[in-house]
Amino acid sequence: MSALIDYTLHLADNTLILGQRNAEWCGHGPVLEQDIAITNISLDLIGQARSFYQYAAELKADGSTEDSLAYLRTEREFKNCLLVEQPNGDWAQTMLRQFLFSCYQFFLYQQLQHHTNTRLAAIAEKSLKEVRYHLRWSSEWIIRLGDGTGESHSRMLTAIDELWRYTGELFIPVTYETETGIDITSLKEAWLNNIKIVFDEATLPVPENVFMQTGGKTGVHTEHLGFILTELQYVQRAYPGSEW
Amino acid sequence: MKSSTIDKKALYAYLEEIKDPEVPVLSIIDLGIVRDIQLNDDELKVTITPTYTGCPAMDMIAAAIRVELSTLGFKKIKIINSISPAWTTDWMSEEGKRKLKEYGIAPPNPRQQVCNDKLFAAAEAVQCPLCNSFHTHRVSEFGSTACKALYQCDDCKEPFDYFKCH
Repeated sequence: MSALIDYTLHLADNTLILGQRNAEWCGHGPVLEQDIAITNISLDLIGQARSFYQYAAELKADGSTEDSLAYLRTEREFKNCLLVEQPNGDWAQTMLRQFLFSCYQFFLYQQLQHHTNTRLAAIAEKSLKEVRYHLRWSSEWIIRLGDGTGESHSRMLTAIDELWRYTGELFIPVTYETETGIDITSLKEAWLNNIKIVFDEATLPVPENVFMQTGGKTGVHTEHLGFILTELQYVQRAYPGSEW
Repeated sequence: MKSSTIDKKALYAYLEEIKDPEVPVLSIIDLGIVRDIQLNDDELKVTITPTYTGCPAMDMIAAAIRVELSTLGFKKIKIINSISPAWTTDWMSEEGKRKLKEYGIAPPNPRQQVCNDKLFAAAEAVQCPLCNSFHTHRVSEFGSTACKALYQCDDCKEPFDYFKCH
């Protein structure tokens, strides 16, 4: 049971933290339509996070709620992968983070929708429809920027250099994934193939033999997560129990 | 109120009065988000499903259902939020599509035409709700709410929302 709770929290934290990161673009997007697009994606991700947190709270059955799980856990208790907590950087970096993660979610949710746990399967099935949009939209941005101008191409290269090291962790299972019966190792090939197709079209190189940073899934994060939580949790910490 | 004095059909008619707060021309029945109503003695169970997981209107809709049914005299009302099977625009009623168009929002095309994963695929042909021209183009895949995309008509130049296929 504890593995299932941890795994559900991992799925919830991934989507909450990326949703929060994307929401930082609200009002700052390069053009209005893209500002709306990235915040729409943020809303989808936070919606998915709510579904997972609600389920985790039911499993814990200790008075936890979706809100207490999002707002009152500390940095070491968060189980999101390192990729989603990385800073927005420029538009190229945000697009690459979204693309790498949406592609991962796309294959993960395809597997999860057939899981014997019907609750997780239902959330995956529902979310997969949204992830398709995210993946298509971010893939197009990778191609537009990679195969765009000299400037946009060089920014994509910088983004790859910055983020690639956080992708290894996605496919290295931790105990709660294995115990929940999730085979993430098997997703890597399909994920990498899809990345290659888009990178080829975008005239971008797929890095090889890069050192891979791990730890997020077991609560050892980069320095960025603390800052995200400080902002995300401020109101509940300062005014405990406050409601809209 | 006892189940003997009111039937399901009547309950659907009452729920028809509840509108989607973000697209007020559509009732929750038109949208296809009411999946089931169960009457057991004096308890009423209503199953609803969100259009998108992050739809912020769901809490308001659940509250509105509760209020509407309370005024009919039901004391025990249970609202179940179900996400499987996942909502699709195919569940939108024909009446709903007609109302959307009248309101100025292009209704969703049938799903099989469009759920296309190809990159940079040509935007689906969406009819302008004002001048009925198919000569339109997509401005953005994402619009003012999760369920809409932004389009513009190349003939009458009017920008409009398209309730995207999902």
